[in-house]
Amino acid sequence: MTYVSPPPEARSRGWYKRNEIAVTPFLFLIPAVLFFAIYVIIPIGQSFWISFHEWDGLGDKTWVGTANYERLLFDDRKFTTSFWNNIKWLVLYLLAIPGGLFIALFLNQTVTGIRLYKSLFFFPFVISQVVVGLVFSWFYLPREGLLNAILAVFGAGPVNILGDPSTATYGIIAAGLWPQTAYCMILYLTGLNAVDPEQVEAARLDGAKGWRMLWYVILPQLRPATFIAFVVTIIGALRSFDLISVMTNGGPFGSTRVLSFYMFEESLSEFGFRMGYGAAIAVVLFFIMLGFIVYFLWSMWRDEKGAR
Amino acid sequence: MQSIFKASVAALALGAVAAPAFAESHTLSGDLRIISDMSNPAPRAVMEGLAADFGAMHPELNVELTIVDREAWKTQIRNALGANPPDVVNWYAANRMAPYVSAGLFEDITDMYENGDLTGLDSVKGALTIDGRQWGVPYTYYQWGVYYREDIFNELGLTEPTTFDEEIANCQVILDSGRKCYTIGTKFLWTAGGWFDYMNMRTNGFDFHMQLARGEVEWTDPRVRETFANWRKLIDMGAFIDDHQSYSWQEALNFMIDGEAAAYLMGNFAVAPLREAGLSDDQIDFYQFPMIADVPQGEDAPTDTFHIPSGAENKEAARAFLQFVTSPDVQTEINSGDGLGQLPVNANSGVDADEFLEQGFEMLTTNAEGGVAQFFDRDFPAEMASVGMEGLQEFMVFPDNLDDILERLEDARQRIYE
Repeated sequence: MTYVSPPPEARSRGWYKRNEIAVTPFLFLIPAVLFFAIYVIIPIGQSFWISFHEWDGLGDKTWVGTANYERLLFDDRKFTTSFWNNIKWLVLYLLAIPGGLFIALFLNQTVTGIRLYKSLFFFPFVISQVVVGLVFSWFYLPREGLLNAILAVFGAGPVNILGDPSTATYGIIAAGLWPQTAYCMILYLTGLNAVDPEQVEAARLDGAKGWRMLWYVILPQLRPATFIAFVVTIIGALRSFDLISVMTNGGPFGSTRVLSFYMFEESLSEFGFRMGYGAAIAVVLFFIMLGFIVYFLWSMWRDEKGAR
Repeated sequence: MQSIFKASVAALALGAVAAPAFAESHTLSGDLRIISDMSNPAPRAVMEGLAADFGAMHPELNVELTIVDREAWKTQIRNALGANPPDVVNWYAANRMAPYVSAGLFEDITDMYENGDLTGLDSVKGALTIDGRQWGVPYTYYQWGVYYREDIFNELGLTEPTTFDEEIANCQVILDSGRKCYTIGTKFLWTAGGWFDYMNMRTNGFDFHMQLARGEVEWTDPRVRETFANWRKLIDMGAFIDDHQSYSWQEALNFMIDGEAAAYLMGNFAVAPLREAGLSDDQIDFYQFPMIADVPQGEDAPTDTFHIPSGAENKEAARAFLQFVTSPDVQTEINSGDGLGQLPVNANSGVDADEFLEQGFEMLTTNAEGGVAQFFDRDFPAEMASVGMEGLQEFMVFPDNLDDILERLEDARQRIYE
């Protein structure tokens, strides 16, 4: 093999032309990376930084070390309440997944007007969370509410769901489940379209039906839909801010706060502007979310590796 | 009173040209940018009128008025004061302005009070004073007290109570008639602060209440407990409507309008919606919160204010505007029943011929020897106010939790005031 000197025009080509293949992907990434850094990565760093200070958002920051975290984790009942409410949200919100699945199975048939029924079931997801919150808070009203009217028919006494600290959070979660179930239903409806009819037929020939059919044949094929439903439901549970703000404003006496609402109250509400403390709550919430995000990323990575 | 009012309205109607003398002395020019939070219909009209009149007085001056939602302004003011601030803003007196004063965002206008530019404001000056200097001007204030259904009182043969014992006796009669004594909606917490203000000022006096606000007294102090014990007498009787933690103050009005509750401890702004709902002045009346202990009566009378941001560009025009707003005639006009329907801050102004304004003015000038407080959420530092009001709401629903609540508030006090 003889050494062939590069053609003259190749040597005269610029640096970019020579490295085109290696550089171009990074060039395409730059805008996204830049915006992601400015709007996500850097603010996360700033939140960490602020959380070690005491700051009213106007004057100078005072360095307080880990004092905010010490108070938050060991000496703050509001934080404890908010944390456990977050857990309740996370667990109960998952009910939207089986709920959505069964509505989807129920609606996955060809009857006249099925499109109309489907869109009616999907309706709560289309309207704003604020409207959902308002509708449910009227539904729960202690005297005029529909819920108490229904209970009265069965002779059950009037209840004030949102006014009782032991039931208020569950009342809000129930309101949140309404649109979330609709969302999961849509995910499963699309998933059901992709179910392989030949497999179903083969299973039927083998004598599978009912629950066994669902569990061993349909559900495994719906795995991608289940995964997405799980992700959006977890994220939805952690973002449960607007419903709380509209329905109870964190009350009665702070019993329905979650971490995101508490963070808002401490840092940005009318009586807030304790930026350092709010940032500390945000950091804790960030780590909780990070746990889920890492899990999601890991399972996606595993799936991709398996598919290869 | 009526004639004074008519005369001053007439004077104003002649046109702003004839009004204040300072207009002639100097020509103001440039832009005057005002951001106001007077977003409700009636206050909005007043504010727009003020800007228009001031603009007409100073033809060279371009008055630029922005009105923002009153609730939104409570958090937006920070951004507004930061970069490129306007020349005049709305805010509240007392502790509510402390963060902006200590951050150096409000202009010190002590000189205006000292050189005689602002006359007749001596009685309200205290609410605008921090560290011995003044940081803004008031433009309106209103009394708090018990608004009640006069027709229900007449039907039951009751008279306005002056002592707590009479109050309780009245309440018993009202309860026996199948009604509740007081309506209240504590969903947004602050209404409970009004009850605490009055129970504490009547039980321990105005000075003690202010000591508590300044963090000088422990929440677990026996005197504070006495306040709650008095309050509890009413709660145990069932004097308040049920489920009040689910209602806003506006929703709670319905109980009084429907006659299910006889009275409402509220600010004078409750009168307008009661009238709009069809109650005539024969059906509503007002009395001062009754005496409990033998202490000089303190009253809540929240004051709304104008300030000049320290970064304002046209401070000369801003100062002239502040002077204009607080002048006696303008005060008479904007606080009349057609305007804000509240009390003028200038001692030389006339009070509108309105049964509630007259009673309120009378009460605040002659029968509030204890002193005038702003309100729970304006006198107490912000964080103490929010923790406190939450505790007060809890107490009203579960009075048995009092020990726990007071310990929590005391913890908060030790942390907040350190």
